[in-house]
Amino acid sequence: MLEVKNIRKSFGSLEVLRDVSLEVDKGDVVAILGPSGSGKTTLLRCMNFLEQADSGELVFDGEHFSFGHVSKRDMHRLRKKTAFVFQNYNLFRNKTALENVTEGLILGRKIPKAQAVTIARQALEKVGLSDREGHYPDQLSGGQQQRVAIARAIATEPEIIYFDEPTSALDPELTGEVLGVMRQLAREGMTMLVVTHELAFARGASNKVIFMEQGAVVEAGDAPSFFRQPRLARTRAFLQTLDPA
Amino acid sequence: MGELWQLLIDSFWQILLPGLTMTIPLTVISFTFAMVIAVVTALIQFAGVPVLRHAARFYIWVVRGTPLLVQLFVVFYGLPHVGILIDPFPAAVLVFSINEGAYCAETVRGALEAVPPGQMEAALCVGLSWPQAMGRIVLPQALRTAFPSLSNSLIAMIKDTSLAANITVTEMFMVTQRIVARTYEPLALYMEVGLIYLLFCTVLTRAQRFAESRLRHYG
Repeated sequence: MLEVKNIRKSFGSLEVLRDVSLEVDKGDVVAILGPSGSGKTTLLRCMNFLEQADSGELVFDGEHFSFGHVSKRDMHRLRKKTAFVFQNYNLFRNKTALENVTEGLILGRKIPKAQAVTIARQALEKVGLSDREGHYPDQLSGGQQQRVAIARAIATEPEIIYFDEPTSALDPELTGEVLGVMRQLAREGMTMLVVTHELAFARGASNKVIFMEQGAVVEAGDAPSFFRQPRLARTRAFLQTLDPA
Repeated sequence: MGELWQLLIDSFWQILLPGLTMTIPLTVISFTFAMVIAVVTALIQFAGVPVLRHAARFYIWVVRGTPLLVQLFVVFYGLPHVGILIDPFPAAVLVFSINEGAYCAETVRGALEAVPPGQMEAALCVGLSWPQAMGRIVLPQALRTAFPSLSNSLIAMIKDTSLAANITVTEMFMVTQRIVARTYEPLALYMEVGLIYLLFCTVLTRAQRFAESRLRHYG
């Protein structure tokens, strides 16, 4: 369904992504692990054109796009097929929870308002926030905000959702409620690409794992064997620091 | 003493009337144009539009670097020399709009830059186009942030309109000067007109506070 080929990205003289490739099939839940600064977030941001990669290719539903020169129109079109969940939520601060969800439906997809509201209410119900639809982001806890952000993502029925460290800004209790929603999505067959430090989530919910370090994929494979028997000493060491037990 | 009171009471209406028919329309019209100029100029810079970006910087540089009074004189007394004659009121509107627009453009630009970049990113990611994201998400938040500063500018402008007396606009200050010339009571009358400006600004300050409480969630 989606393939990234040989993506490269530098910030000045700093090479953040060196020749990274990956493949995602429909229904995959791919966890991207790795130490901070390994390029995970940049990879995700480049895939949705929030950063412009220097070179490489994106194949989406059989269509080929060159990262170096994507037209504004293609960016816009591709973004409508995807959704992005940010580390710090990025809910629209001037919109209620419900409006946060409907905005992309009404404006981005020209869905009539009444229908958009129905869809948005269903999405909010799914993340357990039906009773908060009239609240503004600053009236919600971090966990609630992130769940609204997930509702905003699923309401548009994307082909894939990119999660950029969705729980890193949350304390453990709130992390649980967000991961719970994500697990449910995974069970329902949503295609997800998740940058995370939550080993338990990666182990329990993902079917593929990519381990990155210093801008490159060090090890990749299906989740069960990755966690049971990491091939490289480096990967084993990393897993151990996250999960000493 | 009784005569002075009578003069103050009589002149109060004589001064207030041009305040309502000149000073306030001049301010409202000029500030409206100024806001349009400010938002457009700020957006040009924020979006980094080539060429126009430099034009915007040049405009702000010139306008902020020259006195308002000089600008009024150039337009009203200078331009007729090259065949451009503008009536006092439109000339004042033109100058006040352009002048205030330059200052407010900087306020709006600063407020745009203060909106976290994630707001624009999230808007693009849910499928909004850049203009939609700007118009629905980023600009409203920026204007909310800019609101106190813009209110400041509006309040300053009400008082600056007194400079229009210099280009023969019969606003409050000019009318006061005329009454003073007739009655020789400069202290009382100039204080009175000052008090009327204060009254206008007090109303605006109240309105600002009310609006801010209503706009709490707009950014």
